[in-house]
Amino acid sequence: MLTDFAAAARPAIVLTAAFFALTGLAYPLAVTGLSQAVFADAAGGSLIRRDGHVIGSGLIGQGFAADGYFHPRLSAAGKGYDPLQSGGSNLGPTARPLIARVAADLAANPGAPADLLTTSASGLDPDISPQAAEWQVRRVAAARHLAPARVLALVDGAVQMPLLGMIGEPHVNVLRLNLALDNLTATGAQPPR
Amino acid sequence: MPLSGTFSGWTLILVFVCACVALAKPVGLWLFMLYEGRTTRATRLLAPIERGFYRLAGIDPAREQTWRQYALAMLVFQVVTVLVTYALLRLQGVLPLNPRALPGLAPDLAMNTAISFATNTNWQAYAGEATLSNLSQMLALVPHNFLSAATGIAVAFALFRGFARRETGSVGNFWADMTRITLYLLLPLSLIYALVLVAGGVPQTFASTIEATTLEGAHQTLVVGPIASQEAIKLLGTNGGGFFNANSAHPFENPNALINALQMLSIFAIGVGLTWCFGRAVGDTRQGWAVLAAMMILFVAGAGVLYWQEAGGNPLLHHTGLAGANMEGKELRFGAAASALFAAVTTAASCGAVNAMHDSFTPIGGLIPLFNIELGEIVIGGVGSGIYGFLLFALLAVFIAGLMVGRTPEYVGKKIEGHEVKLAVLAIVVLPLCILGGTAIASITAAGLAGPANRGPHGFTEILYAFASATGNNGSAFGGISANTPFYNGALAVCMWIGRFFVMVPVLAIAGSLARKNVTPASAGSFPTTGPLWIGLLVAVILIVGGLTFLPALALGPIAEQMAMLAGTTF
Repeated sequence: MLTDFAAAARPAIVLTAAFFALTGLAYPLAVTGLSQAVFADAAGGSLIRRDGHVIGSGLIGQGFAADGYFHPRLSAAGKGYDPLQSGGSNLGPTARPLIARVAADLAANPGAPADLLTTSASGLDPDISPQAAEWQVRRVAAARHLAPARVLALVDGAVQMPLLGMIGEPHVNVLRLNLALDNLTATGAQPPR
Repeated sequence: MPLSGTFSGWTLILVFVCACVALAKPVGLWLFMLYEGRTTRATRLLAPIERGFYRLAGIDPAREQTWRQYALAMLVFQVVTVLVTYALLRLQGVLPLNPRALPGLAPDLAMNTAISFATNTNWQAYAGEATLSNLSQMLALVPHNFLSAATGIAVAFALFRGFARRETGSVGNFWADMTRITLYLLLPLSLIYALVLVAGGVPQTFASTIEATTLEGAHQTLVVGPIASQEAIKLLGTNGGGFFNANSAHPFENPNALINALQMLSIFAIGVGLTWCFGRAVGDTRQGWAVLAAMMILFVAGAGVLYWQEAGGNPLLHHTGLAGANMEGKELRFGAAASALFAAVTTAASCGAVNAMHDSFTPIGGLIPLFNIELGEIVIGGVGSGIYGFLLFALLAVFIAGLMVGRTPEYVGKKIEGHEVKLAVLAIVVLPLCILGGTAIASITAAGLAGPANRGPHGFTEILYAFASATGNNGSAFGGISANTPFYNGALAVCMWIGRFFVMVPVLAIAGSLARKNVTPASAGSFPTTGPLWIGLLVAVILIVGGLTFLPALALGPIAEQMAMLAGTTF
C-alpha cells in the first residue's frame, strides 16, 4: 500500500502541473488567439458604439426608464441591470413578496404582458416579447411626438422569430430597438422626455 | 390541471431526444477507441504531448494496475489538484491578470470551491463576476473541468473492463486513461466547441471590464473575460460551474436559443456515447441500447412533467391577472420550453449549469430537478459517473431478478455475487445518508436555518436541494440560499467529497472483483438483460430504491408547497 502511494505521488504532482499548464493556460490562450482573429466582434462582447463611444453590448440588457424609450423586463441584478451582480429574484412560487409585487405592478400598469411583470434569470435579459413592445408603443410614440403606426412598424421590423419554428421564442432586443428609435427621430436631436 | 405547453415546445423536447439517441453511436465509437487504448491518425497529432507527459511523470502506460492501485492513483491525483486550486484561490490578490484587484478567497470558500470543482460538482457559493479574477477562472478552475470529467470517464472504463475481462487482476492504468481522455477527447472537442460558442456571441478575451454609457446617460460596467473556453468544457464535461453567477442564463454564457440547444446537447453527448461504448466493450451493443432506453424513459417522463408545470404557470399569479407560463426567473429568448428542458437535462446529467432559476420554478417544476438528482444522476448522468452509477442499479436489478427466480444472477456474462451486491448497496446508500442527514442537521441548527431566503416549505426545499446537489455532485442550486457561510461551505464540501469518492472507490472494487471472474456463457436460464422486461425492471428498481427513499422529504418540501399553492396560501 505504502509503495503504491509512493508510486502515485510523482505522476500526480507532475501531471497536475502539466495539465494545469495545458488546460489552464495554453488552451484558453489558443481559444482567445483564434477567436480574436476570426470573430473579433463577438469575442470582444458584441459591443455597440455610437459616435465612437461604447453604449452597451447587444447581448446585455440595460435599464431604460424614460417614456420615450422601450422599457426592459424587471431585473434582480443589483439595483437593476448591473452586470457585476447577475442573477434572479429567487423568489419561490408561493413567496408573498412575489405575489404582492406582481399585483402592485399590474394595478399600476393594467394589461402589461407577463414578461414585463417578471424578473429574468440573469437580471440582464436583453429582450422583451413582441406583445410587450407593442403594449409600449402608444407611450413611446406620444413622448416622441410620432405617429404610433411608425413606431409599431419599427417594432414589427425588430421582431426575431424562432429558428425552424421551435428553437427559441419571438423576441425584440430592447437596446437595438431604442437605438433604431433614436435614429428615427433625427439622431437624438430631440431628446426623449 | 390540463396538459399545457405549446406544439413547438413539445416538438423541441421530442427532437432533442432523437438528436441525443443519434449521438450515441458516433460518440461511442470515439470513446471505444480510447477505451481500447488504440491510436488513430487524429491522435497521432497530439501523441508527442502524451509521450512527453509520461516521460516527465515516469509513467509506463502499458503497465496495468490492480483496482487498489487504480483507486489510489486517482485519489492521490485528486488531493494534489485540490491543494493547487486552494492555493491559487487564496493567493488571488497577489497573482496577475487581476485588474480589478479582487482579494484572495476566505479559507472556507476556497476549500469549498476547490473540492467542488475537483469532484465535478461545481457548486458555487460565490458569484463569479464579483469574486474571481480571469486568472482564477482559467487557471484555478478550468483544469478541474477537464480532469474531473476525465477521471469520471476513466473510472467508468475500469468498470467496463471488469465486465469485459476474464480472470485477471488488473483494470487498466489510471494515468494513461486520464491523460488520453483529456488529450484526445475533451481538449480537441472543447477547442472546436469554444470557437462555435464565440461565433454565437460568447466573449473570449483577457479584458475584465468595459465601461459603457447608455442612451439615457447612465453608466454600465460590462464584465467580460475568457468565457467561451470555460463554457465549452463546463458543458461537455458535465461540470456546470459558470463564469457568472447567473450561469447559462447569462447572455454572455448563453446568448441565443440556438446556442442554448447546442449546450443541452453537449451536456448529454459524452454520457449517451458511454452507453454505446459500454455495450461495445462487453461485446453486445444491445446491452448499451437497453441502458440508454431505460435512461430515456426516465428522462422523458421528468422533462415532460417539468414543461407541463412551467408552461401551465403559477395559479397564485394567475389570480392577480398575470396570465400564461411561469416566467419569473426565466430568460425570454428561451421561454418555458427551453428552460424546462435545460433544467431536466442539467439535473439528469450531473451538470448543474442552469439557464433559468430553479428556485422560482413551480413546486412540481422544482421537484423534478431535485428528484433527478436524488435518483443519483444516472439518467445519462455525469460523464462516467452516470454510467457507473446506472450499472450499480443494474447489478441490484439482476440481483432482485435472481432472487425471484432462485438463480445466481448474471449480468453481461459475469456472475453477480454477494460481494458485488454489498459494494453496490454501499455506494447507493451514500446518497440518501448525506442528503437526508445533512438536511436534517441544517434544519435544526441556527447556522443551517440562516441559509434559506424563502419562507415556508420552499425554504426547506432550498436546504434539501443544496445537500442533494452537493452529494450528487450536480452543482445547481435553489439559488436563494445563502451558502457562503462556514457551516454550508464545510458541510457541503464534506458531502461533495463523500458523494464522489465513496461511490467511485466501491465501483472500482466491483471492477476488480468482476475482472477476476471467468465469463459465464448465457444459457436458457439466464435472465435476458436487453428486452422490454429488463428495461421495465430497471426503471422500477431505480424508482423504488433510488426514489422512494426521498419521498418523505419531498412531501415536506415541494409537495407541501404544491398543496399550499393550490389552496391559495402564501408565505
